Amino acid sequence: MSARPHLSKVALTRILILLGALVTLELLCRTGIIDRVTMIPPSEMFVALWQIVESGQFKQDILFSTYNVAAASLLAIAAGFVFGAGLHAWPRARRVVSPLLSAYYAVPTFVFYPLLIVAFGTGRTALIVMGTIFGVVAMMVNTMLGLDRVPLAVSKTGAIMRLGPVRRLFLVRLPAAAPHLVTGIKLAVAYGVIGIIAGEFILATAGVGKRVSFAYDNFDNKTMYGMLLLLLIGVMLINGLLTIWEKRLHRRFGQR
Amino acid sequence: MKSNRLDHVLLVAAIAAAWQLLYLAAGPNVISSPAETLTRAVELLRTQAFWDNAANTGAAFGMASVLSITGGALVGLWLGLRQFAGDVADPILGALYSLPKITLYPIILLIFGLGISAKVAFGAIHGFFPIAIFTMNAARNVSPVYYRTARIMRLSPAATIVTVLAPAALPEIFAGIRIGLALTLLGTLIGELFASTSGLGFALIRATDIHAVPDITAITFLIFVFAACVNALLHAIELRVSHDG
Amino acid sequence: MASLGAHISLSGVTKTFESHRDHPAIHALGPISLEVEPGEFFSVVGPSGCGKSTLLDVLSGLGKASAGTIEIDGAQVNGSVPDGVGAVFQQDASFLWLNVWDNVAFGLRRLGMDAAEIERRVRNALAFMGLTGFAKAFPAQLSGGMRQRVCIARTLVLEPRVLLLDEPFGALDQQTRLLMGDELLRLWRETGATVILITHALDEAAMLSDRVGVMSARPGCFIDIITTGWPRTRDSRIVAEAHFGSITSRLWATLREQSLRAISGN
Repeated sequence: MSARPHLSKVALTRILILLGALVTLELLCRTGIIDRVTMIPPSEMFVALWQIVESGQFKQDILFSTYNVAAASLLAIAAGFVFGAGLHAWPRARRVVSPLLSAYYAVPTFVFYPLLIVAFGTGRTALIVMGTIFGVVAMMVNTMLGLDRVPLAVSKTGAIMRLGPVRRLFLVRLPAAAPHLVTGIKLAVAYGVIGIIAGEFILATAGVGKRVSFAYDNFDNKTMYGMLLLLLIGVMLINGLLTIWEKRLHRRFGQR
Repeated sequence: MKSNRLDHVLLVAAIAAAWQLLYLAAGPNVISSPAETLTRAVELLRTQAFWDNAANTGAAFGMASVLSITGGALVGLWLGLRQFAGDVADPILGALYSLPKITLYPIILLIFGLGISAKVAFGAIHGFFPIAIFTMNAARNVSPVYYRTARIMRLSPAATIVTVLAPAALPEIFAGIRIGLALTLLGTLIGELFASTSGLGFALIRATDIHAVPDITAITFLIFVFAACVNALLHAIELRVSHDG
Repeated sequence: MASLGAHISLSGVTKTFESHRDHPAIHALGPISLEVEPGEFFSVVGPSGCGKSTLLDVLSGLGKASAGTIEIDGAQVNGSVPDGVGAVFQQDASFLWLNVWDNVAFGLRRLGMDAAEIERRVRNALAFMGLTGFAKAFPAQLSGGMRQRVCIARTLVLEPRVLLLDEPFGALDQQTRLLMGDELLRLWRETGATVILITHALDEAAMLSDRVGVMSARPGCFIDIITTGWPRTRDSRIVAEAHFGSITSRLWATLREQSLRAISGN
């Protein structure tokens, strides 16, 4: 019972801090301590966002980016899953490849983007490929980890019930690995977003990133901050939903 | 152990083979062959221009690393030692960590301009959060019995932190540093790709603009080699620092 | 819930694990020769590492014997699981992603059984194991003992002729273990299945079984087989009988030396 008041105090403090940061930022902008060339007040950012959404002027770009992220995420998840399950079933290959996998996110994979532009031009293909290769290994690693962690007694039970290897994989082992698989999905999507938005910032023909970059080049802070806010909210929403799914699954498995 | 070395050889051979196949399929207008790339890389390593760029990136990476490590460790320690502050900050840090920092790039450019300080800022914001989070958790995970032991031994707070807390928490802090530095390098390079007039990222963009495929491939390759070496070094240090004997 | 117990026959069964990068060849089991009568309750006790679990693996078809023959009701078992075998393990094997009802119904659904029949069997099994009120719960919400009951119920609905139990109560506390023992006896009487129980608890073996086989240290062979002579209607209260004490002391007398040998790594 004494834990309850403490928790509300924590949540309250958190909300106060966030509100305080927003208000401080607003004041700093309004009073000119932060000049308009650098940043517009948060309230105006929201207004700009509302105008962008209402007028639908960047609908094409928003759809472009959303499509790219969705495509890259799905590809990364599918490929990561297939390769991960495959490597798990082939321990020798897994041993050979494992240094590459553990170093994958230690090297700046994003530097492949220029090569992709040379290969595919500045359209959506380069972006989707970038997003996919960025996220695929996270899904692979989590798939392998999830299959590793299936309790021996659980897969033995599948065998005792005389399920063939394929049925055993899909009806018993993969469901048992679900918490890790969902974590992999979450990461694949997160990396997909980073890869594609960064790509659009740097060099692209369309997309939310391109709009932001364009607005920045043209000193159009209103559009720039409005789009950034849109991006921020979109990312938080996707990540938030996936995290809820992840937490629910962890709870069902007793916080495995 | 012998099998292990064979595995490494197999891996390098597999990568080289895949690379060669890709080259044969895509052609020299898309990517250079492994042989050409190595030749071009050696040539580049002999040019002053390359080393100027490398030094530029290296300086930015270095400064960003120092910032993210000190900032992350200090903030993480402070939050880790104070239960309430840590509880408040935990989800905030987590949310900021999962936020794609690229969304902040234009803002950083507006604040810092196009110079090296912007690059340092990019790198630092990437590395700060994982280091802070890992350090905070490491400090929180130090077993209370250690603190009790320190008090029985009548150690001062400073001595407790230095001789008990730090060694106990070091492996986990170091894991955070390893992730943080990888992200710092990534942030620095993306920053250079995005908007810079110097550095290896900039060299890459310029090579892309003039479609100099051997240069693009060689610079990408060299960046990877550098990053892999840094990672290997950190890995070796981590093994020594770890308590698993 | 009728199923008839199968006759089990092992003859000269051995298991050797091939040499590997990490270790030399290990002669884990045997030679084992044993006849288990249909509907018999047979326990196996032995020191750690003697190959008890390997015996179950080989017997169930999960693993392949290196030599010898295994027959269940006259049909050879050689590396693939035959029909009518059920198994419960020490570790929790309940499927965490399914609720209790779906866990128990799992095997039946894989066989493509008629929905009404599945419903009937699952309902009966839940009632038998005292899980009726928990049908919608998820295993992670239940205690260890309850989860084992779910695993047993899941095996039960398939009406196995042979029930293999590998230290199923090892992770539970003593009191729960004794009560689960009673449940196991009830189950055995109800189904008429042949039961092979691996356990390290001598009292459990002595109390539950028709016969107890004592295995030597690795490589495990049967060095003693004790017939308890208990009536079929027994429950945990037979621990009060004088005969119970003599069985456990005989078991320990044989086992003690083997355990010492196992610990010293002979």
